[in-house]
Amino acid sequence: MNRKALAAAALLLATGLGLGAAVAADKLKVGFVYIGPVGDFGWTYQHEVGRQMIVKEFGDKIETTYLENVSEGPDSERSIEQLARAGNQLIFTTSFGYMDPTLKVAKRNPKVMFEHATGFKRDKNMSSYSGRFFEGRYIQGLIAAKMSKKGVLGYIGSFPIPEVISGINATMLAAQKINPDIKIKIIWVNTWFDPGKEADAAKALLDQGADVIMQHTDSPAAMQVASERGALAFGQDSDMIKFGPKTQLTAVTNNWGPYYVERVKAALDGTWKSEDTWAGLKEKMVVMAPYTNMPDDVKKMAMDTEAAIIAGTLKPFKCPILGQDGKEVECKGGDALDPGQVLGMNFYVKGIDDKIPGK
Amino acid sequence: MQLVLEKRAERSTIIALVSPVIAIGLTIVTMSILFMIIGKNPIAALNVYFITPLTDAYSLQELAVKAAPLVMIAIGLSLCYLANVWNIGAEGQFLVGAVAGSWLAVKTNGTDAGVWVLPAMLLLGAIAGALYALIPALCKVRFGASEILVSLMLVYVADLLLDYLVRGPWRDPKGFNFPTTAEFDPVATVPLLFEGGRLHLGAVIALVIVVAAAVLLGRTIKGFEIRVVGAAPRAARFGGFSSNQLVLLTFAISGALAGLAGIIEVAGPVGHLQPGISPGYGFTAIIVAFLGRLNPVGILIAGLFLALTFIGGEQAQIAMKIPLDITKVFQGILLFYVLACDSLILYRIKLIMPQRKVADGAA
Repeated sequence: MNRKALAAAALLLATGLGLGAAVAADKLKVGFVYIGPVGDFGWTYQHEVGRQMIVKEFGDKIETTYLENVSEGPDSERSIEQLARAGNQLIFTTSFGYMDPTLKVAKRNPKVMFEHATGFKRDKNMSSYSGRFFEGRYIQGLIAAKMSKKGVLGYIGSFPIPEVISGINATMLAAQKINPDIKIKIIWVNTWFDPGKEADAAKALLDQGADVIMQHTDSPAAMQVASERGALAFGQDSDMIKFGPKTQLTAVTNNWGPYYVERVKAALDGTWKSEDTWAGLKEKMVVMAPYTNMPDDVKKMAMDTEAAIIAGTLKPFKCPILGQDGKEVECKGGDALDPGQVLGMNFYVKGIDDKIPGK
Repeated sequence: MQLVLEKRAERSTIIALVSPVIAIGLTIVTMSILFMIIGKNPIAALNVYFITPLTDAYSLQELAVKAAPLVMIAIGLSLCYLANVWNIGAEGQFLVGAVAGSWLAVKTNGTDAGVWVLPAMLLLGAIAGALYALIPALCKVRFGASEILVSLMLVYVADLLLDYLVRGPWRDPKGFNFPTTAEFDPVATVPLLFEGGRLHLGAVIALVIVVAAAVLLGRTIKGFEIRVVGAAPRAARFGGFSSNQLVLLTFAISGALAGLAGIIEVAGPVGHLQPGISPGYGFTAIIVAFLGRLNPVGILIAGLFLALTFIGGEQAQIAMKIPLDITKVFQGILLFYVLACDSLILYRIKLIMPQRKVADGAA
């Protein structure tokens, strides 16, 4: 009896909710799919900061929803579809592995606008966007070479995908400007987030003689290890200064807010189009954390370099670039590598004594 | 005054029937309190969890998509558990099945191979899963090794094998070094049942397996043997049943079903091989098996029910901004109550009043 009553009440409520939704239909509903938990730092947190920025910017004009911890396996297509079916008109899917699922859902929901982060597939109603993170890596390479006493840098790689490879190359090209004999040790941990593995990698790199640690992974574990061992390190995705107040030199942080504001505005104005966005320091999608724990001259060099990249007078992948075999890499973009070469980068530059896994 | 659990002389049939109802009732009460604490309307929340997903065709399809692998694996596991052997490594058998079937899909990718590809993939997946499950079974029969440990450890081996393959030899040459194979060709893909949804042939296969298991357990001598060896090993020995043979058989069947589920998942909803193809199906299926009381029909219901909490949880995140953690708490509380109430089938709660004894305090 009670359960019947409950069901009846629920049904009543459901119709009530339905009516409520209809009344509020002129709000733009914006959905987000996150790979990790929201947390306090890291990749997903930076997207969440972006979501909060659009909430602040547009207030009552929009309604946002997010799904967190959505794995890149078979579940993600359903999660994205559920957001579309719940009436979200603009959906941001914020991890590479959502690319094919997003594309499938986009084809089924031609009236919904999709935005996929860090991928390369697009459709009429699916944009892609990513950051020129290598610009920040270039600055880090300069700082690292200046600050390293032993001339050995340690690099924790996640997956050997072009974004990570281009980060390593940018670091190395910059570091060689300061110290032509600089060495780089690379450890692949095959994960974006695993504090245990990241800490182990950091320890191994320090044991191999590195005294500046850089990472393309998400947790502050390496920062903490470097801190304990008196080495220096760079944060990643978020400013990790609180995990290494005497250790962090700077961090390449992701700032998605301005892009999200722009895209939501376009959707509200009816001017949204499928686009491919690749923004860097200039557009403030990539932002350097404050330069700390370094002498003033190094700090000044970093700030000047940042200004030069923003002004367009300095290009991290300026030709000529030599591959590992010492041969010059074809230069398709005039005086620098063209975007396609960077987005599909699958080679190391000269001076990196390592092999890309699986190549 | 003291509360004790006292063993019943025999199973209580009444409790066996009402215990799931009590469990669900207690879950609803507990969750309502929790929803109120976080400031959400409990009736609306429960509605989103349990009723909304059942109200449209799309969610119903998703329910079946999510439940299919869980049910397939759990059916296999239930045979092991009924025979009192413990296959904990279904996750590994799932992955190995997925890998073996994908091998064919990768090899025939881009060729004009015919419609035989998919059936051959499914067969390969099942065979590989069975062989992989036979490793712990043989170790148990031959060396007396714990099948629990061996099967569990082999999960990690399978996981790393898959990892190696998609990062190395099978990596999509056009995939920018991302760890995934190329998308499977249409002939290597499990067909969809309806246009525009995701419900695939795997759901039908899962149903067939449920029926087959019900027939096996209820109507055949082998099924009887499985039950007897599990429930009364000594009696089974007198009856001439070989328990070693049964260990091998049940492991092989459960491995085959897990492997089949694996390749169906990869060739169905995912469409290519990549790490993370299983959000822990092999382990969740253990819960499904016990929630369904090791009974094929029970497992079907339990699988659908667990799928409902996943999909309802997602809709709760979307519609009511209820955090994912609450969904996990929800699932945990539900399982807790189900298992707690089930103990009342075999035990009764008794209140013991303290009796004053002279000897009290003498020690």
